[in-house]
Amino acid sequence: MSQKTEKLIDKKGLRLDGRKLNELRPIKIEVGALSNADGSAYIEQGKNKILAAVYGPKEVHPKHLALQDRMVLRCRYHMAPFSVQERKSPAPSRREVELSKVIRESLEPSIFLEYYPRTVVDIFVEVLQADGGTRCASITAASVALADAGIPMRDLVVACAAGKVDETIALDLMDTEDKIGKADVPVAFMPNLNAITLLQMDGILTTEEFENAVNLALEGCKKIYLMQKEALKTKYVNVKEAEE
Amino acid sequence: MPTFFERRQLVTPGDLIAEGEYIAGENAYDEDNKIYASRIGLIEYEDKKVNVVALRAFYIPKVGDKVIGTVVEVGFNGWTVNINAPYQAMLRASNVLSRPFKPQQDDLSQVLDVGDLVVAKIVAYDRAHDPQLTVGEPELGKITRGQIARITPTKIPRVIGRKGSMISTIQQETGCHIILGLNGVVLITGKNLEDEHLAMMAIRKIDEESHTSGLTDRVTQMLKEEKTKREEIKK
Repeated sequence: MSQKTEKLIDKKGLRLDGRKLNELRPIKIEVGALSNADGSAYIEQGKNKILAAVYGPKEVHPKHLALQDRMVLRCRYHMAPFSVQERKSPAPSRREVELSKVIRESLEPSIFLEYYPRTVVDIFVEVLQADGGTRCASITAASVALADAGIPMRDLVVACAAGKVDETIALDLMDTEDKIGKADVPVAFMPNLNAITLLQMDGILTTEEFENAVNLALEGCKKIYLMQKEALKTKYVNVKEAEE
Repeated sequence: MPTFFERRQLVTPGDLIAEGEYIAGENAYDEDNKIYASRIGLIEYEDKKVNVVALRAFYIPKVGDKVIGTVVEVGFNGWTVNINAPYQAMLRASNVLSRPFKPQQDDLSQVLDVGDLVVAKIVAYDRAHDPQLTVGEPELGKITRGQIARITPTKIPRVIGRKGSMISTIQQETGCHIILGLNGVVLITGKNLEDEHLAMMAIRKIDEESHTSGLTDRVTQMLKEEKTKREEIKK
């Protein structure tokens, strides 16, 4: 923690990578990156590179896991061994098991699970390169992949984090800001229904700071939501325009 | 009671389509008198009903649907058939054999074996039970020849066309007989391989360009061009 004295925000109010406090990292979303999956998406958010794949709905194996009144959603979040500075063991860590659960639970409210009882949908999230805020980027990508698989949904789920860097609240923390900063608040959100599906906090914030952080994260979510929709639409509009 | 999208506009899940006295149709849902889309698709209005014609979807069985499936397992008194849906379908032996089924004598794998393709109709299906098939009607039964094409199930209506215009055009132009499985599997049988390939090309084109307009004309044109091209090569 020798870096503790290092300033994360300069005199002009810009961050290490030159962003303003309320600015997102550059985001690129690509739909249908994998042809073998029923639905897929690839997201780049700053230095994060994440692939999400969706398979199903299909019959549940082993059979005793099936539910008679609704669909089962399964999720695996995994970081590639080369996704971080020092090689990560490919075996699922405690953190990955937890994130898998967190991602699954933030997507569940958006899906009409009751439509297809006795079936399962598998979501695979593979982090190729990590730079802070991977859970949020994973949720954003997984939701697009679900829509691409044609699974009926109430709304797209979009996620974004805000946190406390030095003494101020900032949007979309990257790895160094997350590690040296004071707190991190990831939020997942369904914009059309105005419903939050995930809210976590790591660190210490006052009530006022927490509220500011949530509001800032929601602002970020709304911006990313437009990019999600744009990405889904371009996949089909491109074909349409090429024809005309 | 406004609507927020025009006919044939593209929507994504969660888009607010209409408000007030509208009814949620296919791939749409209603919450607090507001209609939202639940899939990626194109908007269609039908009086007060709002439909989303899905661009991405999977097949869900419906009683009365004609489907084409693959036998995946031979059981004691019937077959398990993969019909390209989240649920596996059952075909009973007593339904296939035209005489009473005797488990001691009849070897079911002689009738239908793993990997065989069947045209069948769904006779029973609900939330609690897997679909049941029948082959006891004309045109149904084991497939012995032809070509199989797999397309997105939601695009089958597009292959049929308005009042069957598209499918009859393809059949006329290629001289092939085409059976459409509503689960997205298409069987093409023609006099020779070349005709079948031609029909296959047309169906692939529809699958790729289903969301564009004036498709029937373009398919007809493509078929004619292909035919003249092939005749020239023969000369």
